[in-house]
Amino acid sequence: MASQDITARSATTTPMPQVRQVGEVAKLIDTSKCIGCKACQVACSEWNELRAEVGHNVGVYDNPNDLGADSWTLIRFAEYENPASGNLEWLIRKDGCMHCADPGCLKACPSPGAIVKYANGIVDFNQDKCIGCGYCISGCPFDVPRLSQKDHKAYKCTLCSDRVAVGLEPACVKTCPTGAIVFGSKQDMQMHAAERIEDLKERGFAQAGLYDPAGVGGTHVMYVLHHADQPSLYAGLPEAPAISPLVELWKGVTKPLALLAMGAAVLAGFFHYVRVGPNRVDEEPDPGEPTVHQVDPSVHVVDPNKQP
Amino acid sequence: MDMNRRQFFKVCGVGLGASSLAALGMAPPPAYAETIRHFKLANTRETRNTCPYCSVGCGLIMYSRGDGAKNVVQEIVHIEGDADHPVNRGTLCPKGAGLLDFVHSPNRLKYPEVREAGSNEWKRVSWDEALGRIATLMKADRDANFVTHNANGQTVNRWLSTGFLAASASSNEAGYITHKVVRSLGMLAFDNQARV
Amino acid sequence: MTNHWADIQNADLVLIMGGNAAEAHPCGFKWVTEAKAHNKARLIVVDPRFNRSASVADLYAPIRTGTDIAFLGGLINYLLANDKIQHEYVRNYTDVSFVVKEGFAFEDGLFNGYDAAKRSYPDKSAWSYEIGADGYAVVDPSLSHPRCVFNLLKNHYSRYTPELVSSVCGTPQETMLKVWEAIAETSRPDKVMTIMYALGWTQHSVGSQMIRTGAMVQLLLGNIGMPGGGMNALRGHSNIQGLTDLGLLSNLLPGYLTLPGDGEQDYAAYIAKRTQKPLRPGQLSYWQNYEKFHVSLMKAWYGKSATVENNWAYDWLPKLDAPGAGYDVLKVFDMMFQGQINGYFCQGFNPIAAFPNKAKVGAALARLKYLVIMDPLATDTSEFWRNAGEFNDVDTAAIQTTVFRLPTTCFAEEDGSLVNSGRWLQWHWKAAEPPGEARTDIAIMAGLFHRLRALYAKEGGAFPEPILNLDWPYLRPDDPAPDELAREFNGRALADVSDPASGAVLAKAGEQLAGFAQLRADGSTASGCWIFSGSWTQAGNQMARRDNADPYGMGQTLGWAWAWPANRRILYNRASADPSGQPWDPAKKRLVWWNGKAWAGTDVPDFKPDSAPQDGMSPFIMNPEGVARFFALDKMAEGPFPEHYEPFETPIGRNPLHGNVQAVSNPAARVFKNDLELFGKAEEFPFVATTYRLTEHFHYWTKHCRLAAITQPEQFVEIGEALARERGITAGDRVKVSSNRGFIKAVAVVTKRLRPLTVDGKTVHQVGIPIHWGFSGVAKNGFITNTLTPFVGDGNTQTPEFKSFLVNVEKV
Repeated sequence: MASQDITARSATTTPMPQVRQVGEVAKLIDTSKCIGCKACQVACSEWNELRAEVGHNVGVYDNPNDLGADSWTLIRFAEYENPASGNLEWLIRKDGCMHCADPGCLKACPSPGAIVKYANGIVDFNQDKCIGCGYCISGCPFDVPRLSQKDHKAYKCTLCSDRVAVGLEPACVKTCPTGAIVFGSKQDMQMHAAERIEDLKERGFAQAGLYDPAGVGGTHVMYVLHHADQPSLYAGLPEAPAISPLVELWKGVTKPLALLAMGAAVLAGFFHYVRVGPNRVDEEPDPGEPTVHQVDPSVHVVDPNKQP
Repeated sequence: MDMNRRQFFKVCGVGLGASSLAALGMAPPPAYAETIRHFKLANTRETRNTCPYCSVGCGLIMYSRGDGAKNVVQEIVHIEGDADHPVNRGTLCPKGAGLLDFVHSPNRLKYPEVREAGSNEWKRVSWDEALGRIATLMKADRDANFVTHNANGQTVNRWLSTGFLAASASSNEAGYITHKVVRSLGMLAFDNQARV
Repeated sequence: MTNHWADIQNADLVLIMGGNAAEAHPCGFKWVTEAKAHNKARLIVVDPRFNRSASVADLYAPIRTGTDIAFLGGLINYLLANDKIQHEYVRNYTDVSFVVKEGFAFEDGLFNGYDAAKRSYPDKSAWSYEIGADGYAVVDPSLSHPRCVFNLLKNHYSRYTPELVSSVCGTPQETMLKVWEAIAETSRPDKVMTIMYALGWTQHSVGSQMIRTGAMVQLLLGNIGMPGGGMNALRGHSNIQGLTDLGLLSNLLPGYLTLPGDGEQDYAAYIAKRTQKPLRPGQLSYWQNYEKFHVSLMKAWYGKSATVENNWAYDWLPKLDAPGAGYDVLKVFDMMFQGQINGYFCQGFNPIAAFPNKAKVGAALARLKYLVIMDPLATDTSEFWRNAGEFNDVDTAAIQTTVFRLPTTCFAEEDGSLVNSGRWLQWHWKAAEPPGEARTDIAIMAGLFHRLRALYAKEGGAFPEPILNLDWPYLRPDDPAPDELAREFNGRALADVSDPASGAVLAKAGEQLAGFAQLRADGSTASGCWIFSGSWTQAGNQMARRDNADPYGMGQTLGWAWAWPANRRILYNRASADPSGQPWDPAKKRLVWWNGKAWAGTDVPDFKPDSAPQDGMSPFIMNPEGVARFFALDKMAEGPFPEHYEPFETPIGRNPLHGNVQAVSNPAARVFKNDLELFGKAEEFPFVATTYRLTEHFHYWTKHCRLAAITQPEQFVEIGEALARERGITAGDRVKVSSNRGFIKAVAVVTKRLRPLTVDGKTVHQVGIPIHWGFSGVAKNGFITNTLTPFVGDGNTQTPEFKSFLVNVEKV
């Protein structure tokens, strides 16, 4: 499992193994080949043994209506009237973890080892060590992780690290009927993207391009877009994603504060208090909309993509 | 950056905790793929099949738990596309990717049942009772309504008062024997999904 | 499909019309994306809705549902007017030079011989070729004869001008011409278009003729028989092709043999009618072998009891008195509604959800004495008697039907073969035991048959001979094994089978036959389905083969599974070569060719293997004339050339092509009186509706599957923004959609993808209604969409008009 060497680990300062020369993997999602069939969604849930609730139709094709602790990937649909061509375009994007080279979730995570990055580029959550604080959500420039209402732990796409570890492609990649999702070394995926972009330009999409945003150091999930100049057309794909400034600040103050040795037990209690509140026998679940964002409202205030 | 006092405190606290844990010697074990779930298909049994939904005829591999030993009930735990198959090449659409939930649907029928005339419920019956009652009803209807000759005296040998809709997802072998039986009875009210 | 899924990669242009392959057949659609990516192919989608196929198309054209004949008729006119046809192909491989009998006429929307009272053409005698003194059809290779097919064709479609077609279809003229222009480019011998269609063409009152019009376009362009070409019907169910091949339809026997009618009392005449002599010199007319197939079938069914003396048990076959499709489901449910049917079996079929006008179907089922359900899932039909509130508001106690529900295995729990859309028979293997006491369909049919046979043996009864003498050689009579049945439909030698020329023994008595060429009409062979002969030979189960090698890189994979007929992957493939026997496009489209001694190539030649090009045999060997037909002779109910007729529920109330009130809608379609009264008018139901599948669901099965239910949980309808504004509806509102037969309520999806069309000077809104919900399942329960649809079928097949009807939409 050499390819699964860990190269970064949340809230950890000890060095990571660096001897083995491990290649980076990437998943390339070609929006121009995607037919929005949701096979990726289903294959993901089937492989990972997830079954979201059977929800409601709220007037759109996107179902479930958002990512969730038991919905790690989601097809998002956007109808766009192209002013240049006059054509209607149905822009369809598979949403999910981007596996950033510089993962904001990992930087924001206070629990040692709850988030790791492997040498091959996969960013994985370890629920055993997750304390449910939700900081990974604020750290994520793509708004991907979700806290489960069942166990108060954060979940997201693992890039099927269990399959990749034994030499298989992720479940969504394998199932994709049209080859809109492909998997390989990051370099091969960039080359494949270049071919696809050429084809799209030949079909009149002058701005076709690859989405591999530099603000997060590049990603191990990339998109081919017909309109790479306007990523936000694709159901709000961030134009220039970057790690939240607050997370960066926090990283800055980490080191001096680390010198203050404090009891781990106290801290664990503190986190529990922050996350769940004081222990009460008669504790009721939060009324109202059961979304993870309401677990700790302060988390969201610092998200640059959201209203303060 | 807009950060209020409470947030600042919280961020500092988080940094404090995390850092001090490391400083207290709670360094990680050798950095290794500690979080990866075990590969769930190890030691499963593979069986080739064909997707029962549309007519692309995608190849499937069904993974089942148990090695077929006498004391084990084989259970299908995962289904994915057959990479060797020249049409689907390992891919499956959303329906095919979710086949496991068809095999294990809570609405699978398990026992023969009958709903008696006017009743509001199902009653479980044995196969023998179900098939015996159906055969008796068929024979009574056939004997009463079989037409050997039409009004012109021509030999026609047909039975029109019972009909049969055949399945479009059953195998050729099931379809073939169904046809053989149905025509031997003289039925003409016989169709399958191809009609609609 | 004339071709097959992986062959689509060879296309230069893909036309998806009357189907939605990306949603209904995603894994087959992959070969469209492959053609686009690696063959620079273009994709054109013509559909009432901008659907998921359209989302990846190079060109999308909207069309009013039910007007495809107008669109394609206009295209034929365009191709002829602009001389965009594959001349050599058309001249040599089609009937353009054939002279039609005097008396054939088309006037004011009707062909000659129409009987309005009967709603049909009882006299089709003029719809045929002029026959010369030599007994052959008269041809005029100069194409100057006014009654040669070419001139009749040209004349017929000259009325389909771009202006008129645009006004009928609602397709903007500019877009339409762009589509026509792109298609016309494939008239070049080295450019090929494939047409992919499905129920968007079949489910109309003129569905068969829509498909014919598409095939005629392909013939003009020289695209039939070509790799990457063809007319590709994307079948909707995993073995709907197999069940059709096996003849499980009212009027058929296995292998497209046909049941006799009442008038066919004489066996020899029955055979003679089906073994037509060649209509041109040197042609094969393959159906001359009909009797070999028929006798072999009767030997498979009745064994030793089928003898030359009893005409191979001819009288044991029921004879049809109903014309055309016979006792099709619409007719049978109308009979049931009238109280003429006592018992009914639904084997893996859910008619209350799948048939039109749910109210009528439910009322019909309630008049049955007994209903037998065989299914792996708890279908809506099995509980048609249960009151499910407004989804199924019935009086349970008043329903006197006894319902038996028998649990069956699903695919994962049985061995067997399925035929995919490309005619591949693929074997599959059992992986687990079924739940509870579920049994295979085979065991259930055997169990029923055995009990019946025992009752007839003991008590006697009506005409017991065929029941008592049905051949039943299975090792376990109550549960025949799938491989025994597969061997039986392949066929075996009952006595030694010899080559008539050399006398060499081809198959010894008892051996499996190698293919249908070994079938005999003398009772020495048995084969339950001649077109499947070759699937389980003496060498074993050919359907289980798994060699996916593709030596020519054209995706033909002859070693994978087995395709009927004779493992041939592309039908009519002789037409991929020019008259001299060389591929039209030797660089990229090599399929079969004459190598100087025989036909060879990347596929099994669909031709007499040793017939040299100079012998003049034409490629369409199943037709007595050897060529493909633009002129359908007397084979179609509505006439030899497709003509546009409006859906029975038309938003414009007239047929812009002609003023004849008898010819507004299909004049030869059968309509039952009680259904005629239920057709709605545009004044009350102003919007055009169409029903369809979503990619997330499969019919009424996957509402029982959690993973599918998650991805499309709740019933919805799609309406355009303009209509939503007009009716004060916003996305997510609940709306009531009504037709003259009932209503459903569902969530509104408001979309830019459905736009109002201008048709015959009027604005027409189209409403999209997916079908997948019902009153049981793990998905949110809902209404049965077919509550809304009209009970009228295609004039030839009686396939219901699910794709075009009128509704009203209101906010709840």
